[in-house]
Amino acid sequence: MSALRELYQEVILDHNKSPRNFRRMEHPDRKVEGYNPLCGDHYTIFLKMDGDVIADISFDGAGCAISKASASVMSSIVKGKTKKEAEEVFERFHELVTGGGDPSAVPEKFGRLAAFSGVSEFPARVKCASLAWHTLRAALETNEHRVSTE
Amino acid sequence: MTVQRDMDIQVEPEKIFDVERIRSEFPILSQKVNGKPLVYLDNAATSQKPQDVIDAMTRYYLEENSNIHRGVHFLSDKATQSYEAARRKIQRFINAASHKEIIYVRGTTEAINLVAQSYGRKNFRQGDEILISAMEHHSNIVPWQILAEEKGLVLRVIPMNDRGELFLDKYEAMFNERTKFVSIVHVSNVLGTINPVRAMIGIAHRHDVPVLIDGAQAVSHGRIDVRELDCDFYAFSGHKMYGPTGVGILYGKEKHLESMPPYQGGGDMIRSVTYQKTTYNDLPYKFEAGTPNIAGGVGLGATIDFLNRIDFDAAMAYEREVFEYASVALAGVKGLRIIGTAKEKASVHSFTLEGIHPHDIGTILDDDGIAIRTGHHCAQPVMQCFNIPATARASFALYNTKEEVDALVKGIYRVMEVFA
Repeated sequence: MSALRELYQEVILDHNKSPRNFRRMEHPDRKVEGYNPLCGDHYTIFLKMDGDVIADISFDGAGCAISKASASVMSSIVKGKTKKEAEEVFERFHELVTGGGDPSAVPEKFGRLAAFSGVSEFPARVKCASLAWHTLRAALETNEHRVSTE
Repeated sequence: MTVQRDMDIQVEPEKIFDVERIRSEFPILSQKVNGKPLVYLDNAATSQKPQDVIDAMTRYYLEENSNIHRGVHFLSDKATQSYEAARRKIQRFINAASHKEIIYVRGTTEAINLVAQSYGRKNFRQGDEILISAMEHHSNIVPWQILAEEKGLVLRVIPMNDRGELFLDKYEAMFNERTKFVSIVHVSNVLGTINPVRAMIGIAHRHDVPVLIDGAQAVSHGRIDVRELDCDFYAFSGHKMYGPTGVGILYGKEKHLESMPPYQGGGDMIRSVTYQKTTYNDLPYKFEAGTPNIAGGVGLGATIDFLNRIDFDAAMAYEREVFEYASVALAGVKGLRIIGTAKEKASVHSFTLEGIHPHDIGTILDDDGIAIRTGHHCAQPVMQCFNIPATARASFALYNTKEEVDALVKGIYRVMEVFA
């Protein structure tokens, strides 16, 4: 039970049940779809940029609790951050879910990310946790309009 | 090529189906997963293999390994005999008229691709129509799409109702002078629907249209008699019927196979080769270029022996009982929706839980040692039909028990608890 409890922590269950910034955005500056063809998780991320700063972010779509909670936590963390800062958080997050990171090393202000440390015990679910982040990166970096974790 | 002695020994089938004894023949089933006894309910993805099949393949590599159809030496002769004896066992198992109609392939997918690329490329012209159904696996959609794009064909889809049953009247109304082929699934891997393929073949034949049946999910859940069905082609995989992966069968009526060009060129499929002209080998070898999965063929032969020995009919009756028990048990879970409620169903129960994604269901059940499949099951159009992104799927085999159904239901309640 413990590994499973580590995976489905309160933070994740809460964000899954009441995802933050879960709405379509009118007139976004960027809009990118993220899709995991293996399991069908499918999200769209909307961004409003103020220069290099993520002025607003929202998402909609459907997927498992891990992918939805991850998108929700991500949206609340990167709002107001610069592109570079968001990239740094993603790197931390990626280390964490692939087992390379130490949850206690996650900076205080990103505390909610630590909730995803349990994912590293479930290799099949790493893609779920990182789908929204890959989509965000695509939205920030490229002109692609659809990314896939495959 | 000439060595086709029949190696099987007739064994009297056991008349009573004893599931515990059968389970003991599948070594993998006795292991624990996450500290719990494995409950394997992902049989529609692949079934487990009995010791006999594992032994036959091991024995092949230990004692007979050699290339077939070419050597004059002892081992090559032995390997050829084993491989060809397996072909004859498969022929009898599905009641094909001749061993020439049994083509070894990698699996159902390759079998369908073979027919599309060989029969289809030769016989279809721009504007011709191919009928498939609304519940096809990607492997019975994409090969036709590839060909349709190349040749300007029209792929038409036989619709189904919300229980997951095809509309036979609409199907019949789809035929016209451009209809050239029908390719339909026998048992749906998502909905469990057993399609009335015999009637559907009859309808197609009245319009002079040949039919391919995708039997991937059907062969392990009931007796297939290709002559009684009168299908033109029947495709199935070894690994879903307790046999090895990487080997499957395309059955085709001899008259079709004779007229079809080869699918792949290479060794073993030729009679003579010069730089000017190549003469192709006889059936079935014309479609078997290159060194095949010999151990797989031998393993598939052992699978047929296994199914004959245990009394397949008794096993099917038992499996049906467990399947019906699961239908009732799952229907009793509040908030659980069964996807696919056809009157005629086999093996598969797809379901969703309100507010819980199938992926999460799968992970939590796995923690209890219960293996199910989650996702779109390579059938995205079926998901779109029911307006859901994915399902959880429990699929049954002859070694599953009512106790395992109980464990599944208990696990589902635990999933709901986690998400309460």
